[in-house]
Formats: sequence, C-alpha cells, structure tokens
Amino acid sequence: MSTTVDARGLSCPQPVLMTLDEIKKIDKGEIVVLVDTETSKENVTRAASSQGWSLKDMQEGSEGSYRITFAK
Amino acid sequence: MVKNLFATRWGIISVGAIIGIFAPLLQKWGNPGNMGVCVACFERDIAGALGLHRAAVVQYMRPEIIGFVLGSLIAAYIFREFRSRTGSAPIVRFVLGAFAMIGSLVFLGCPWRAMLRLAAGDGNAIFGLLGLIFGIWIGTLFLKGGYNLGRAEKTHTSVGWLMPLTMLGFLVLMLIFPQIQGQDKNGVLFYSLKGPGAMHAPLIVSLIVGLGIGFLAQRSRFCTMGAFRDVLLFRQTHLLSGVIALVVVAFITNIIANQFHAGFAGQPVAHTMGVWNFGGMVLAGLAFALAGGCPGRQLFLAGEGDGDAAVFVFGMIVGAGIAHNFGLASSPKGVGPHGIAAVIIGILVCLFIGFTMRRK
Repeated sequence: MSTTVDARGLSCPQPVLMTLDEIKKIDKGEIVVLVDTETSKENVTRAASSQGWSLKDMQEGSEGSYRITFAK
Repeated sequence: MVKNLFATRWGIISVGAIIGIFAPLLQKWGNPGNMGVCVACFERDIAGALGLHRAAVVQYMRPEIIGFVLGSLIAAYIFREFRSRTGSAPIVRFVLGAFAMIGSLVFLGCPWRAMLRLAAGDGNAIFGLLGLIFGIWIGTLFLKGGYNLGRAEKTHTSVGWLMPLTMLGFLVLMLIFPQIQGQDKNGVLFYSLKGPGAMHAPLIVSLIVGLGIGFLAQRSRFCTMGAFRDVLLFRQTHLLSGVIALVVVAFITNIIANQFHAGFAGQPVAHTMGVWNFGGMVLAGLAFALAGGCPGRQLFLAGEGDGDAAVFVFGMIVGAGIAHNFGLASSPKGVGPHGIAAVIIGILVCLFIGFTMRRK
C-alpha cells in the first residue's frame, strides 16, 4: 500500500508540510511524493529522513520533476 | 546525478559564513553603516534611483541586488535548475511584498540587515529580530491551519527571464548614466549627494560580491525567514545554521575591521523606538512567511525563473516608493508620521490574507 502526495507547483514549505502530514497519518508503509523543483526534492528528502523514513526510489521525470518513494 | 554539496549542513554554514565576511567588508569598501547588504534598503535605494520616491538621501541603483538575481540565474543554468513558473497568487505576493517593505522600513532593515546590525553591536536589532520571529510564528500558525498560495504552473522560458532582464536593464542604465560627482541626477537615474544613498562600494566590487552571493545562495537555498520558520514549524535547524554562521562570522569580521560598537543610541541608520522596531518586523516577518521567503530568497527564486517571486520583488520596490512618499519609513529620529498606522494596516491585511486563503 502506498499513498501519493502531489506537491508539484507548490513552493516552500508546502511540499514538506504535506509529506509530514502523510507521515503522521500512515505511520508505516510507503509514500510517493511528486515534486518539480530541486529545492523541494532536497527539502522533502531531508524531512522524511529526519522522521526515520528511508529513500527507496527516486525517478526523474521530464523537466526536472521527481517521483520520490519513501518507506518505513 | 551530482550531489548538491551546498544543500548539506556544511554547505549552508559555509554560505552563511561567506556572506558574514563579505557584508561587513562591503561596508568597509563604502556601503553605509551596518548595511553591507540589506535587501530591503537596497531595493528602496533602487526605487529612489528610478524616481519612484524622491527621498534625496536614499537614491542609488544598488549593483548587489542586480548581482543577486543574475548570480542565481547563472547558477540555475549551470546546474540545470532554471524553471520558468508562475501563477501562484501573484497579486497576493505583490501586496505582501509591498507591506514587507513597509514593515522593514519602519524597523530600518530587512532580516539580513537585522542580523548584520546585531553582529555590529546595535542593540535595537534585538527588538527587530524578536519582532521578526514573532511575525514568522504567526505565519506558521496559518501554515499549520492550511494557508496556501496555490500551485504555480510551468510557463514560457521568457516569463522567468523578465526579472533577470530587468536587472540587466538596470545595470545598462547605470553604465549609460553613471554617477557624476556633485550631481543628483544623470539622465533618468537619481543619485544621492549625502546620506546612505551616497555611500557605496565601487560598482564593480558590489556587482561581483552580489553575483557571488547570488550564485551561492541559489545553490544552498539560503533564507533568513525560512531559518526561523523551519525551526518553529518542523524543529529543523538546517537553514538556521546558515543564519547563525552569518551572524557569528560577521561579528568576528566586524571586530577585526573595527566596526563593532555595542549600544542602542547613535547606531548607524537606526532609531531607538523599541516598540516600533519590534512592530515593523512583526509585519515584515509575517509577510515574508506568508510569501514563503525572505527578501533575499525572493531575489534568488526570481533569478531561477520563479515569476511569482519576481512579482513579490516588484511589490517590495513599489512598496518602498509608497513608504517614502507617504511618510511611512522611519529615520534615525524615529518612526515616520504615518509609520505606525501603516504597520497596523499591514498586519490587518496580512491577517486577512492568512485567514482567508486556506484549503481544507
């Protein structure tokens, strides 16, 4: 089971807020986060790892968008 | 994929430290007291150079600001991060920019200068910084409650180029109409004969330092508002470590350069009205928090193609015109005749924006 957080087009700190909200909700499992700037990618990754979630997969899409999968 | 070294803890600390060295040095090289770098003051000087206000002592086309945007543009292109985007509540960003500027001019400095004033011993900066943190804290309450400016969309590359091109245009104007000793105007550009606007490092020095800081800040995402917001919102100290490095290194540089003078009265371009040093920065901090970045970060974002950040910057420049034309800006004597009213109105406008722009 994985849930998806679509943070494309949103700027700081929304992508991190949305990711942390999801982390609070599901506690364990897999979360897919969609972002479209390098800054959001770094921020979301930093926030997820600070909550003990590990980076499972990162796919680069067109024009710098990312599909990041975290797992715990 | 190359890892972005500047996005690490040591990356942000070294960028803060570099700014902490060069800002006091810019003061040594000619910039006004405790104003080696001040984004709000410098944008206000640009508004003066363009004649958007006629406060004769604060008119100069500051090359640091031009460098911030163009340095960020260069970094964004080298590292393939330039993304032209816009459409996330531009009008709201314009209004927030205008009030952020008004609040900053009541305090007499943006967050950058508040740090630099503190690092030079200006005790009034403590009230300003407390106000800044309080304003940002109010902003985080809105963020927790679902406040949101909505999504931006990708757009034509040229949209993201408009702010960098504007800055290039400003630089060209400076070269066509350079400052002439003893003249308050050359062509379309106004220049100050006395006051802070008359104090500046040589154009090429200001420009190079600006380009360097713009480049590094784009890489590291340095942000003086985010520093406090992330601690209040997420208990994250990443950005804060950069700001602390700035203050500590600027303090050391000031000591070495003999620019440290502890006290409250008689500090350069500062007033001692504690309540309004606090109040002005509550407004500025709240406006920066609602807009998602400090005035420096907005310039760096504008340099990497963010059209909404560019609108915020224009809002700040227009806000500076309003602040000086309407007597809202403070002076070393104290607040302007309508400064207090402007702070109250500004906070009400920000609260209106914060309460009404919620999703959920």
